[in-house]
Amino acid sequence: MLFPELEPEPSADWSVTQTVRYLKDLLETDEELQGIRVHGEISGCKVVSSGHCYFTLKDAEAQLQCVFFKHARLRSSAPELRDGMAVAASGRFSLYERDGKLQLYVEQIELVGEGALATRFEQLRARLKAEGLFDEERKRPLPIAPVVVGIVTSLQAAALHDMLRVLRTRYPLTEVVIAPSLVQGSEAPAAIVQALDRLNEHGEAEVIIVARGGGSIEELWAFNEEVVARAISRSRIPVISGVGHETDFTIADFVADYRASTPTAAATKAVPNIVDLQQTLQESQEQLEVLIEDVLLRCREDLEQAARQLERESPRSRLERLQQQLDGTTETLQSEMQHRLALQQERLKGAALSLHSLSPLLTIARGFSVVRRASEQSIVTSVSQVQPGDELAIEVTDGQISARVMTH
Amino acid sequence: MDALTPLSYEEALEKLEQAIDALQDGRLDLDRALKYYEEGMKLAQYCQDLLQKAELRVQQLRVTDDGKLESEPLDLA
Repeated sequence: MLFPELEPEPSADWSVTQTVRYLKDLLETDEELQGIRVHGEISGCKVVSSGHCYFTLKDAEAQLQCVFFKHARLRSSAPELRDGMAVAASGRFSLYERDGKLQLYVEQIELVGEGALATRFEQLRARLKAEGLFDEERKRPLPIAPVVVGIVTSLQAAALHDMLRVLRTRYPLTEVVIAPSLVQGSEAPAAIVQALDRLNEHGEAEVIIVARGGGSIEELWAFNEEVVARAISRSRIPVISGVGHETDFTIADFVADYRASTPTAAATKAVPNIVDLQQTLQESQEQLEVLIEDVLLRCREDLEQAARQLERESPRSRLERLQQQLDGTTETLQSEMQHRLALQQERLKGAALSLHSLSPLLTIARGFSVVRRASEQSIVTSVSQVQPGDELAIEVTDGQISARVMTH
Repeated sequence: MDALTPLSYEEALEKLEQAIDALQDGRLDLDRALKYYEEGMKLAQYCQDLLQKAELRVQQLRVTDDGKLESEPLDLA
C-alpha cells in the first residue's frame, strides 16, 4: 500500500481533500499519463502577468485544461501560441487541488500538420540566418572542372540516374563517388549527415551534390533539418544542393554553396560542358598556330635584315663603293681639268687678241714700215741715229728693203 | 605522346596554357618557340583524345570491416 494514511476506512466517507489527493496520486503514478503527448487545437489561450500560460486543448468531442508554466515555456522551443493552432502538447497530468481541476502540465509544444512544418521551417531559417550560415561570404567557389564529383543521394532514386546521365553527357572525364543515403523518413537526416561527413573524410571529391527528386514537403523534410544544414556548412568541400523541383526551397538550399533547382540542374552546374572544352581546345590550337606564325615571321624578318646587313658589309659591295668613290673623284678631276683648260684657252685667246691689236705688222700693213739699222737691228726712230752711208733695213708688209742713208 | 599519358586532363590543360603563355613572350628564340609550339599542339591533341575517349567512372563509398572508407566501382545497370 503506497499511501496507507490515505486509504479510506471501509464504508467510511471521504473528505474532499482525501478524494482529490487520492485521484492526484493515481494520476501521478500512472506512467502513461506522466509522459504523454496529446494532439489538439488550442483555444482560450491566455498568458497571465506571472508569465504562465493557460489554455484549453480540444478536439471535436472533448477538452482538456492545460497550463504551460513560464519556466517550461522558456526551456521549450514552443512557438507563440494562438487559438486555433493544431499542436502536440507533451507533459504530465496532475490535479490542481484547490480547484479539483485535472490539468495537463505542459513541457513542450510542437505544431503539427502543414502549418507546423512551415513554422518550423521559418524558425530554423531565421535562426540559422541570424547565425550567418547563409551569408554570401561563406559561399565557396565551385571548381570549374572537378576530377571527382561526390554525390549524396539514394542509390534507388531516379534522381541519381538523371544526374549520372547529365555527368556522362557533359563531362565524362570526371569520376563520381556516391555516398549512398536515405533521402526521406525519420532516419534520413542522420544518413545524409553521415554521407556528407564520409565524403569529406574520403577527401577526393572536389564538389559534392546533395540531391533528391521531387516530392511532398514531408518527403523533402530531411533537407530542412538542422543537422543536415550543419553538416553542409561544416563540409570542407563545396556543396551544391538539388532538392525537389524548381519551386521547392529547403534549408539545405540556403546553406549550400550553390542552390540548383533540381538534381539535374545540380549535375549540370557541377561540371563543364565537353563541347565548350573541345571548343576551347580548338581555340588553343589556333592560338598556337597564330603565335608560332608570328615567331616565324619575326625570325624571317630578322634573317632578311641580317642578310641585308651582311650584303652591305661584303667585300664586293665595299669594292663597288670604292669604285663608285673613285669614279666620282675621277669625274671631278676631269671636269676640273676641263674647266681650267677652258679658262686657259680663254686667256690665251684674249692675249692673242691683244697681241694682235698691238702688232707692228698691222701698222705696216696700213702703209707704215719699220726702219732698222742693218748692222744691229735697232729700230731707227730719229735722224740723229743715222749717219749718211749707214745701211738700213726697211721692213714692209711683204718683205724687207735694204737702203743706204744719203743725207739728213 | 607517351610521355603525356600519365597526365590528367587538368594537368595537360594547364601545361597547354603555359605553353601558350610562353609563346606569347615575343623574344623567344626560334628553337624554344618551336618546342613550345610542338608541345602545345601535342597537349591540345592529347586533351582532345582524352575528351573523346573519356567514360564516366562511377564509384560507391563504403565502410570496410575495419572501419576504413573505400570506394568501389558501382554498377547501376
